[in-house]
Order: sequence, then structure tokens, then C-alpha cells
Amino acid sequence: MNRQSAFCVGLLTPQQPAPDGLQNAGGSPSGKRYDVYRNNVTHALISALNTAFPLVHRLIGSERFGRIAPEFVRAHPPSSPVMMFYGAEFPGFLTNYAPLSDIGYLPDAARLDLAMRHAYHAADAPRLDPAQLQAFATDDLMTTRFALAPATHILRSDWPLYDIWRVTFQNDAPKPRPIAQDVLITRPDFDPALHLLPSGGASWLTALAEGNTFAQAHERAIAQHADFDLEATLTLALHTAALTNSTTRT
Amino acid sequence: MSTAPNIASRPDPRATDMPQRTAGPNGLPNTPGVGYKPQHFEALRSDPGPVTWIEVHAENYMGDGGRPLAQLRALSEQFALSVHGVGLSIGGEQPLDTDHLNRLKKLCDWANPTSFSEHLAWSTHDGAYLNDLLPLPYTQTTLSQVADHIDQVQAVLGRQMLLENPSSYLTFAESQMSETDFLAELTQKTGCGLLLDVNNVFISATNLELSPQAYIDAYPTDKVGEIHVGGHDEDSDDHGAPLLIDSHAKPVCDPVWDLLSYTLSQTGLKPVLVEWDTDVPDWQVLRAEAMRVADALVQ
Repeated sequence: MNRQSAFCVGLLTPQQPAPDGLQNAGGSPSGKRYDVYRNNVTHALISALNTAFPLVHRLIGSERFGRIAPEFVRAHPPSSPVMMFYGAEFPGFLTNYAPLSDIGYLPDAARLDLAMRHAYHAADAPRLDPAQLQAFATDDLMTTRFALAPATHILRSDWPLYDIWRVTFQNDAPKPRPIAQDVLITRPDFDPALHLLPSGGASWLTALAEGNTFAQAHERAIAQHADFDLEATLTLALHTAALTNSTTRT
Repeated sequence: MSTAPNIASRPDPRATDMPQRTAGPNGLPNTPGVGYKPQHFEALRSDPGPVTWIEVHAENYMGDGGRPLAQLRALSEQFALSVHGVGLSIGGEQPLDTDHLNRLKKLCDWANPTSFSEHLAWSTHDGAYLNDLLPLPYTQTTLSQVADHIDQVQAVLGRQMLLENPSSYLTFAESQMSETDFLAELTQKTGCGLLLDVNNVFISATNLELSPQAYIDAYPTDKVGEIHVGGHDEDSDDHGAPLLIDSHAKPVCDPVWDLLSYTLSQTGLKPVLVEWDTDVPDWQVLRAEAMRVADALVQ
């Protein structure tokens, strides 16, 4: 085995002995000194995971997070030095993590944490001005394609994801209701914000994101959710900067 | 302590009301700099004290937009910029991650920093990024590998880079040359400059029972484009020997300040950066460290 492969083996496997050929100052075999690297690697990855998943951390507490994190970072070390996006495999890991399988919403909480981070680092884009929308003739509006802002994310959940987030981070928030909730993440300025989507809102925005026209998106939302409220969803999208001013007429 | 050369020609690094763009080999001003932390954005801009340049970790600015890039743009109007990579794995046995090198190029082309630097270390192996600066033996084989990587980086970025010395906790039985000889050879082969981390010198010398002053004496000081100081933690190994850990979590200790003065007496005025990356204090505490750098630069 070459030198760096040998050095790597024990970094994420605590029971492995230190590799051969590492020395203390006097030339004697190094013992604890290799452990400095083991500790640095493991602790740096755990610390990154901790920062990256604030909702998951709050939901399960430091003790349980501290038990999961070493297992995750050893099974899924980063595949890129760009640590701001570390942890893409964490929702899937939580889905299959038996000790916490009773907390069914945890993978969605992890998806929310990931989406908030992606929104934070997404490209800047000028928002769609409501006046720009009002200037459209109705027929033109129906055949126009609207683009979601790069920071906009839509998450569909079988759990009351918005309520869970709110009760975790806001004082005096009501108890989560036993309903499925879709959420919208936008970044009007620099701070991502979370919003509860009305019924059909996720269908409508997803249809727009896929390149459908205003009318096509409306048809799909109605087909999937008979109670889809276009006005409420459009108002929310405009107020939260979910759409950019880039429009295409068909 | 030795008397520093060219005292009469040294600018006062605290005179921030006039341009301080006295260029070193890699262009940074010979004044105090700080490792930039977002929580200091407002305080740093309104009350920079002696600080005229900042350094950022490249990987924290590889998103597509948002606050990090907006802050960097605003800071660039007031401060000279050093981009410091921590994830390129230049000391790796395997080929450089070209995706990551291209990200660095994109960032450097956009930010146009005065200086770009990276580490004599590796951090990626078999596709896994280990988020630490790992050590390498100093042999003809590794010398050739690292030189090839530096050539590649400088060719892609289209600029000279500075290479930083590591903090060492152990040595490799197969090493054939000293770290200072290894670095000197690299500058000869590639034309790169050096980032001399004085805290790392002190940590390595303590851990490996060497003289930090002897390291500086043997170091190719004419290639220094930037100096780092920072804090470290104290521990001991399984034989009870002192073991210092590079943490950037504390103030710079007195022996490292002394070593900085010793170093400056050999290098002359250089850009000197204070690194504080963990348990980051209020701006006034970091500013006070920058003031101590300013004092060291006028001694």
C-alpha cells in the first residue's frame, strides 16, 4: 500500500493501529501523535455536520446528534473540499438509521437544512416586480414562462414540516398540526426564509420551474389540487422573491 | 535580538490614513492583515485599526452568490485581498482535483486577489476530502509530485502562488531531506513563493524537539511573500513530551511573537496575518492582535 493510503486507513477507523514508519522526535514509533490527525479529521467533519444541520440538531438534541455524527462522517466523508454543501447523504442516512426510525420527519428536517444552505449560497437574481406582472395583457400572461430564482427551493413533506421548523426556532409558535405541509424557501436579500405553501402551490411552482407556461402550470396545479388558490400562491411568490424578472413569451 | 535592516525606510503600518500598498514579492502590503470572519464585517470596516488587508479561505467563497460574495466585493473596496486555499491537496500522491482547481480559478478570476496561497499538505485521497491538512514525507518522489502540482496550479490560475509550511506532529521514517530544503527546492523548481507560518514553525519545532530559530535560519527567507501568526493548544504525547496542536483558537503566545520578531529581522518587512478560526473573539480582541503585529513591524 502506498504511503497516503496507509495513512488514510486509520483516520476514520478508530480501532485501526497507527501506520508504520511514523516517528516521534527521537525516532521512536509515534503513538498518540497519529491520533492528533484522527481527532482533527473526525472532529472537523462532525463540527461541519453540526453547523450544517441546525434543525436536525435541535430536534434530537446534542447527545443523540453526537452519537449519529461520528457514524455518518465515517460512512460518508465529503467528496469535495467545498464544505458548504456537505451532508447531501444525511437525509438518506437518517431514513435508514434504526435508532431514530421512530422520528419519521427527521429526513425531511435534514432536507430542509440542506435546502436552506443551498439557498444561502445560490446565485443572486433580480426579483419579479409585481408591476411587471400587472403590465401583462391576460393572453400574454397565460403564454409566458416564469423562472424561479436560483435560491428558491420547494420541499414537499408528508409531515407538518413548516410547523416543526416554526416550533423549533420561534417563540410561542403553536404545536405542529397532524397534516402534510409543503414549504417554500426563498432568499429576498441574503437570508433564506421559510414559508408555508398553500394547497397546490408546490405543484404550480414546480410546473413553472420545469418550463411550463403560466396557464399550463395553473392547469397542472388545479388537476392535482382542486382547491388550488392561484391568487394566494402568486401573492406569496411575489412577496417572497420566489420568481425572477426573467420571463419568456412562447 | 538582531537589529532589523532598513529601519529608516519602513512605513508606519498603523498610518492607515494614507495608501499602504508597499508591495512584497506577492504584492500584499507589508502591514498587519487578519483572517476574515463574517461576524466582523461591520466592525472591521468601521474600525480596522492597523489592518489594511484580509485573507479568506477560498472554499468558503465557492458558492454562486449571496452574502459571502457580496461581503467579499465590499471588503475588496477597502482592503487588499489574499485568497488562501485549504482544500487543493497539493501534497497528495494522486492527481489534483481539476474540478476544484477550476473552482479556484473562477474565484481568483472574479476576486482578482493580490495573493493566492495554499498548503504543503494533502487532504483528499481516493475521492474523499478529509478536511484536515495531512503530512507528507520529504523525498525526491514527493518533491517531484508537489512540484508538478504547483506547476499545474500556477499554469491554471495564471499567477504565482505561495506555499505554506505545515505544523507537524510526527515525522516519516522515509524522509530524506529537511522541510526547509524541501521548500527551497520547490521554489527553485516552480518559481512559487512561500508563506511562512511562524506559529507552525514553533509547533513543529516543539513537537519534533528542534530549534525554531534554526528552522528560520535554514529557511529560504528571500522567497517569503507573507507571514502567518496564530494560536495553538498545548497537550502532551504518550511519553509525556510536549505536544502542541495547531488550533487557531487562542491569542498568539509570547514565544511565537518573539519568533516573529526574529523572523522579521531576517526577512525585513513582510505582510503579517493573524489567524483566528475557532472560538473567534470579538473584533476588538482580534484588532488588538493586529496591533501587536503592527508593533512587531516597527520594532
